[in-house]
Amino acid sequence: MRFKRLALAAAAAAMVAGPALAELVIPSLSYRTGPYAPNGIPFADGYADYFTLINERDGGVGGVKIRLVECETAYNTDKGVECYEATKGEGALVYQPLSTGITYQLIPKATADGIPIHSMGYGRTSAADGTTFEWVFNYPGTYWDAASIIVKHIIDVEGGDISGQKIALVYHNSAYGKEPIRTLEVLAEKHGYELVLLPVDHPGQEQKATWLQVRQARPDYVIIWGWGVMNQVAIKEAAAIRFPMDHFIGVWWSASENDTLPAGADANGYKAVTMHGVGMDYPIYDDLKTHVYDKGLSAGAGDQHGTVLYNRGMQAALLAVEAIRKAQEIHGATDITPAMMRDGMEALDITEELLAGLGLPGFMPTFTVTCENHGPPGLGAIQQWDAETKSWSLITDFIEADRDVVDPLIAEDAAAFAAENSITPRACN
Amino acid sequence: MFYREAGEFKTSYAADQATFPIRFDFWRFWVVVAIGALVLPFLVNDYWTNAVMLPFFVYGMAAIGLNILTGYCGQVSLGTGGFMAVGAYSCYKFMTGIPEIGLPPMHILPCILFSGMTTAAVGMLFGLPSLRIKGFYLAVATLAAQFFLIWFFNKFGWFYNYSASGQISAIETYLWCFASAEEIAANPGIGKTLTCPAITGANTAAWMAYLFCFSLIFVFGWVARNLVRGRIGRSWMAIRDMDIAAEIIGVNPLLTKLSAFAVSSFYIGMAGAMYFAIWKGAAEGTEAFPINVSFLVLFMVIIGGLGSIFGSLVGAAFMVLLPVFFKNFLAGTLGWPTDIAEYLQIMIVGSLIIAILIFEPHGIAALWRTVKEKLRLWPFPH
Repeated sequence: MRFKRLALAAAAAAMVAGPALAELVIPSLSYRTGPYAPNGIPFADGYADYFTLINERDGGVGGVKIRLVECETAYNTDKGVECYEATKGEGALVYQPLSTGITYQLIPKATADGIPIHSMGYGRTSAADGTTFEWVFNYPGTYWDAASIIVKHIIDVEGGDISGQKIALVYHNSAYGKEPIRTLEVLAEKHGYELVLLPVDHPGQEQKATWLQVRQARPDYVIIWGWGVMNQVAIKEAAAIRFPMDHFIGVWWSASENDTLPAGADANGYKAVTMHGVGMDYPIYDDLKTHVYDKGLSAGAGDQHGTVLYNRGMQAALLAVEAIRKAQEIHGATDITPAMMRDGMEALDITEELLAGLGLPGFMPTFTVTCENHGPPGLGAIQQWDAETKSWSLITDFIEADRDVVDPLIAEDAAAFAAENSITPRACN
Repeated sequence: MFYREAGEFKTSYAADQATFPIRFDFWRFWVVVAIGALVLPFLVNDYWTNAVMLPFFVYGMAAIGLNILTGYCGQVSLGTGGFMAVGAYSCYKFMTGIPEIGLPPMHILPCILFSGMTTAAVGMLFGLPSLRIKGFYLAVATLAAQFFLIWFFNKFGWFYNYSASGQISAIETYLWCFASAEEIAANPGIGKTLTCPAITGANTAAWMAYLFCFSLIFVFGWVARNLVRGRIGRSWMAIRDMDIAAEIIGVNPLLTKLSAFAVSSFYIGMAGAMYFAIWKGAAEGTEAFPINVSFLVLFMVIIGGLGSIFGSLVGAAFMVLLPVFFKNFLAGTLGWPTDIAEYLQIMIVGSLIIAILIFEPHGIAALWRTVKEKLRLWPFPH
């Protein structure tokens, strides 16, 4: 009797496991623990919720459902690589590591395995050169774009001339934080400002010494390249030395509510560059409410809706879904492979009609990815924090980076990478 | 029944002093090695190699190194992370060549050995204070090494060949190669073939990296085991047990302590080089070798068993494999949310560490000795 029941159970299990249904596997290397969790959680929630919306409302992409495989990295490179190795066998279509350190590790591995990486606005800047980095994409912008946009904004505020001024860069002492230095140095030569470099070591909870240096150096502007708990500490410390907040500008990873809220009223006027719209004023939130939130399908605690990084997670998921759609269109297949996904990403074309159709009109600048350029459009807007209403507002249009400075730097770094790894850049036609 | 010396007669000093004097133990050891060398290479895939076996080998090597210093010579060190960084950065420099002194890019094997030697030199430098200070004070002095070395590698661009991000990344090198430079350039996937099997870089086959590190840990584990039971090892233990008495019977504290620092750092440097070149393929000083690594390796040594080579390996396995196991079990098999699985994993591993330290303060190696003792008497314990 008992044996019979066991056998039945086994048979039932075998039937459930049965033939594998077609599905689109997307790993999410998230971090909901550790010192970077305040920023990792909203991004992971936004990323997951958008895919849930697509599954619930549209029944997947082209009729094939998306399966999100979440893996905790704690922003730790070891764990990130472990997650990559653990998930790649499941047919992962694209990796979104959300960590520059992990991205650097994965670039050679994913290239050898033939799986695309989308390091959206982070990772290796020179991956924008599609001829050298065939499998890596960093649209819609790179660190160097962000650095250049911030400097352009400063020039704009100062009325066109910043020669003789002093700009300090407070940065996370890691691959991530060091990325903009090269560009800021070249820009310093071009515009005649003096650059002061102030590294902050991981995790950035202790910054008294750094801000003492800021006080001594008396920079006109401070740019911050921080992440996680480092951002909120920096804003609090800046407030403590009464540094004018509107002269304090963050990269798009130092631009969320989690960074400004802890400083309270002192954070008023803090600026940051952004690559997408802010707030919940988009029609897509109605759909999300109907199909995801009200059904209790929100990822995580469901308390991050509409925050900057939630929107960014959604943007990342949106770009992945559109790339899948494109890949299905190109190859005429619904169940796509990572190689087809790559073709889809390379042919990605974000238009205003598309965004409006998705319920996100004007959410981000439009762009077209090409074989040569994996990092378009390189536009960013400046947002400013209002401590009273606890909200961000865009104070400029989307500004273009200084392409004359950024493009040669990308070409130079990509060439160095190609030489070091004996890669022959592919020809684009 | 097991581990019985009844009926085994030793007729020479060499046989009597063997590492595995009991024949059963001897054969058991070789069976484990044979499985590791001949069976596992056919079973490992990328995940098993990169997430399980290589971390175990790398940290096992580092733990052997630290155990020599802390377990055998009694000098507490918190500089392991810094010394691993020395190994990693020097491996990178040897690998890419140092034109300033006319050194061409090197094959991976001498590269790892030279990295170990470089680290040994640095370790001796930081070991000098051990002649004057002991215990906690020495721990603090080595802590300085940890912070100084990481800062040093971050500060000077020469160490990371002035790369924009400050990362060092391993170039593709081959264990052997029967192809010309032109053929390699024309065929990017050549590292996957047996003409030129890659040992570093993304094209490295899982079994190749596994076997290479397995051989390293086998050879150097053997060396360490024979070192600690010879004259040098005995002088280390004499210094550990009572330095004044050791000095009176003629053990030179300067040479003994410095040799312990040198040998220990040699192993830790090799671990750093393996970490960077074979396991990770890229590293960044502050992120890859922080103070946490120093603590992690120290915990491995304490949990595995101070003064035991076997204990170093068990401790490394414990600290490296358990988190991966619990993560896969909780998040993978049970399907729990990843953040809860992560926190729970930290709690479980933490309580296991406390439990081990309460029930067997001398580490898992001592537990193993007790088990062996019990097995000898089994099934007639009285």
